[in-house]
Amino acid sequence: MSALTAVEQRAPGGWQIATVEAIRVETPRVKSYRLRPPLWMPHLPGQHYEVRLTAPDGYTAQRSYSVASSPLEEGVVELTVDRLDDGEVSTYFHDVLVEGDQVEVRGPFASYFVWRGESPTLLVGGGSGVVPLMSMLRHRRLTALELPMRLLYSARSAEDVIYADELGADAVVTLTRSAPPDWNGPTGRIDAELVARVAYDSGPAFVCGTDPFVEAATALLLAAGYSPERVRTERFGPTG
Amino acid sequence: MSGGFVSRGFGGKRRAPDDLRDRLPPGQYLEGGFPVLTAGPTPTVETADWSFRIDGMVANPTEWNWQQFNALPAEEIPCDIHCVTKWSKLDTSFRGVSLDTLLEAVEPLDAFAMAHSYGGYTTNHSLEDLSDGRAWIVTEHEGEPLPREHGGPARLLVPHLYFWKSAKWIAGLRVSDHDEPGFWEANGYHRRGDPWQEQRYWTD
Repeated sequence: MSALTAVEQRAPGGWQIATVEAIRVETPRVKSYRLRPPLWMPHLPGQHYEVRLTAPDGYTAQRSYSVASSPLEEGVVELTVDRLDDGEVSTYFHDVLVEGDQVEVRGPFASYFVWRGESPTLLVGGGSGVVPLMSMLRHRRLTALELPMRLLYSARSAEDVIYADELGADAVVTLTRSAPPDWNGPTGRIDAELVARVAYDSGPAFVCGTDPFVEAATALLLAAGYSPERVRTERFGPTG
Repeated sequence: MSGGFVSRGFGGKRRAPDDLRDRLPPGQYLEGGFPVLTAGPTPTVETADWSFRIDGMVANPTEWNWQQFNALPAEEIPCDIHCVTKWSKLDTSFRGVSLDTLLEAVEPLDAFAMAHSYGGYTTNHSLEDLSDGRAWIVTEHEGEPLPREHGGPARLLVPHLYFWKSAKWIAGLRVSDHDEPGFWEANGYHRRGDPWQEQRYWTD
């Protein structure tokens, strides 16, 4: 376990009321929200924020969302939210929240699933599991482009690819359900061949997605020679 | 409560039924399933290779293999569980051996213990939280052998604390005279993790 940096030791505890500065539609069910909290502090790529909604009668709902932005974007926290039909926080974000609204947040939290400049680094994401990985990818592009980092990203279809216009030569996207006629990338679930294309002989792998996705991807990484110590996972439960 | 702030247009559509509301700690919601949360790959531990050991500051360090462990008196543990990621699962059950039984055999000489697991996970406890019928080593969940993804063959169960404190793939307890942070506790989460006091992170 790594020692904690001075930044992490600064208390990120308190709830604060952030302003929704901008909303971007990423896919038909995913939007990104640029929030500006009054007491911003830099996060480590991979950390998350807590969001709390309060009804007029005092009822509250809390959920965690990974930060998608680089900490070099000072003052801003970008959260990317997948709309879950039976959720109450993600549906509020998608169906109610507009630019200029206020939302209660606190963070950043947790210092395990975070990128601290290790290299080479492999990122493996399924669906909205790409969100914390995008923070790592964006941060590395802004700070240390020479550090090897690759993203292997599994999405259902071309229209479900989040951050599509930012994915370049450092990303391999595979489409699992349908691909457009002009698609020349891989299709189908992540398999040993795809993992072999992106795996490194050293350095960590960050794997994020649903539990079945993480189980399948970590099994492939272990089979490709990654030791368990090199594989950090974050599994999405059924939240919303 | 949140100092008077109200989220514009928020009604709350996943409220717990009235009769269950008192059983949900603050900030938690009801979950019917049993989500899996693990920081790394899921370890495989065969019962033939499994043992549970209590050592450190104890009078009689003791190790039980699978057969010896299963000869100990076991009990059914109906409980509610609360995950720090906000879901709570009510009216579930486990079967296992009370830590009172196990601690009695080793005679602890100090007040803290680090639980450690196959795969390297750790979480810290006070022996107070592990005593008086509040903690178990369990090998069954709802009548079935504990599934591997939920910590099988055996996990620690401390249902009055957030569920990261209930270490999966438990290998042992090391008793000590001081409280050291375990894995998540060193990574931003609370030292104790009482859901009723909403002790999620360091600063809570």
